Amino acid sequence: MTSQKRKLKSFLPFYLMMLPGVIYLFINNYMPMSGLVLAFKRYNVRDGIFGSPWVGLSNFTYLFQTKDAWIITRNTILYNIAFIILNTVCSIAVAVFLNDVVSKRCKKTYQTFILLPYIISMVVVAYLVNAFLAADTGFINNYILEPLGIAPVSFYSEPRYWPFILIFINLWKGVGYSCILYLANIGGIDPGFYEAASLDGATRWQRFTKITLPCLKPTIITLTILSIGKMFYSDFGLFYQVPMQSGALFNVTQTIDTYVFYGLMKNGNIGMSAAAGFYQSMVGFVLVLGTNAVIRKISRENAMF
Amino acid sequence: MVDNSKGYRILIHTVMILLCILSVAPFIMLISSSFTTETSLIADGYFFWPRQFSAEAYRFLLSDSSIFRAYGITIILTVVGTTLSVLVTTMIAYPLSMQELPGRGIFNFYVFFTMLFSGGLVPTYMMWTQIFHIKNTFAALLFPSLLTNGFTIMMMRTYFATNIPKEVLESARIDGAREGTVLFKIVIPMSRPIVATVGLMSGIAYWNDWNNNLYYITDANLNSIQGLLNRMLTNAQYLKQAATMGNVGTSSTPTTAIRMAVVVLGVLPILCAYPFFQNNFVKGMNLGAVKG
Repeated sequence: MTSQKRKLKSFLPFYLMMLPGVIYLFINNYMPMSGLVLAFKRYNVRDGIFGSPWVGLSNFTYLFQTKDAWIITRNTILYNIAFIILNTVCSIAVAVFLNDVVSKRCKKTYQTFILLPYIISMVVVAYLVNAFLAADTGFINNYILEPLGIAPVSFYSEPRYWPFILIFINLWKGVGYSCILYLANIGGIDPGFYEAASLDGATRWQRFTKITLPCLKPTIITLTILSIGKMFYSDFGLFYQVPMQSGALFNVTQTIDTYVFYGLMKNGNIGMSAAAGFYQSMVGFVLVLGTNAVIRKISRENAMF
Repeated sequence: MVDNSKGYRILIHTVMILLCILSVAPFIMLISSSFTTETSLIADGYFFWPRQFSAEAYRFLLSDSSIFRAYGITIILTVVGTTLSVLVTTMIAYPLSMQELPGRGIFNFYVFFTMLFSGGLVPTYMMWTQIFHIKNTFAALLFPSLLTNGFTIMMMRTYFATNIPKEVLESARIDGAREGTVLFKIVIPMSRPIVATVGLMSGIAYWNDWNNNLYYITDANLNSIQGLLNRMLTNAQYLKQAATMGNVGTSSTPTTAIRMAVVVLGVLPILCAYPFFQNNFVKGMNLGAVKG
């Protein structure tokens, strides 16, 4: 036996260990990539994924002729922009406040509570939201609008409120999580900076803008760029469950992910659905590569590859 | 911190307390409405405490076998899923953490690429249903997307690479330990924080999952508790329909309160366990944030 072979043989147990994971990723992640060809086919069950006839770009032509393509792209991107900005601002603000809480016990209690929404599923969130927004039994209509003498609002058929509602819910569920990331960073800032600044008479706001923010800058940039890389994807649960599939709201609640789902499962429009999915995968991939190139320019050690 | 004037201290505590209330209030409303009579829920609407107390909803659920079934499925799914997920993830992450593994670069890329590019829902759904025929099986709840992912593998790999001294592994090998023994008797016990974090993340993901139920399950007997919640959300009568088939439900069955009671049952275990695992969760999130 050559030494090369003996070496490989000694590693055999490790390759065997990796086998289940490698097979799983192959089935769950790599095989579907090959299924992207569906976007160029007219799918029928009898011929299957690879046997169905090719139709060239016609799925895409249909998709981009509809108003839907524009609406879902616009919604996905605009919601992502709103989420990125508001989540960053709010979680930094909460992290700064939380960091200034002196009592360890208070700090921990606060943290426990604001992280709570993060660990529950979006279906549960949809029920909680419904308790507030339902037309006749909802808390807002019964206990806020009625005492104020305002006519009840039927939220689930009024699109104009939903951008705010969805942005709010995304914040409510997500701030606890991103705030912890920032909190760890703020905790790592040398207290000497703050002491020196105070001695020089810096106000609290000056200390925030001149010390805290610059120290957080790398984290802010990295997290933001990572989110931009995911800009073509949306939280399916948020957009599918929370509006309770109300058709009246589709203009402001449909994103690429919900569109693909409805096409596949509800309307049986597999061609368009596959085309929208392909569009999402490709633009998403380009965005990830692009944002990573940007991170590499700004700070090499934060780049993914 | 340096000078926390009284005014500022009051300000931050006020803000934090308001945020805490904002986080918790919906849960209080949820629990209260599950303990309210149906008439009061319809007449008064949802409120923070029951206007008319009633445990009728829970009594109904006790008589309804579909809830127990769904609960059983969720529990089995969470236990089996979490165990498998931790095993598979550890077993692929550990070899990847070894500098000297031949072909390490290729395997790393193989894992990493899944984080950059994905086929999306349509092909994934087609593969699982047309090739593996998992529709309406327990496997449909267990396997698609939840078992492991590039992110967790990478996080664990980095942890192993930076926290386990090679000398420890070498000396075990010199003592004649097999590689499997080294992994289970040395590597995993030495990596409790990361194993706990991965287990926790995966446990929560399995407990909370309704997507696989939505995509792959039409058989009501395979509903997990979140799957049941998903069906009930837009079809308030879902449970009642299932119940009347077994002649349990009557026209006075409290539909709204029952739905809320099922929601309570769906989140209660996680809410109860949360204070105990919170520390580990927070630590793990920071581990995950430190990227490798």
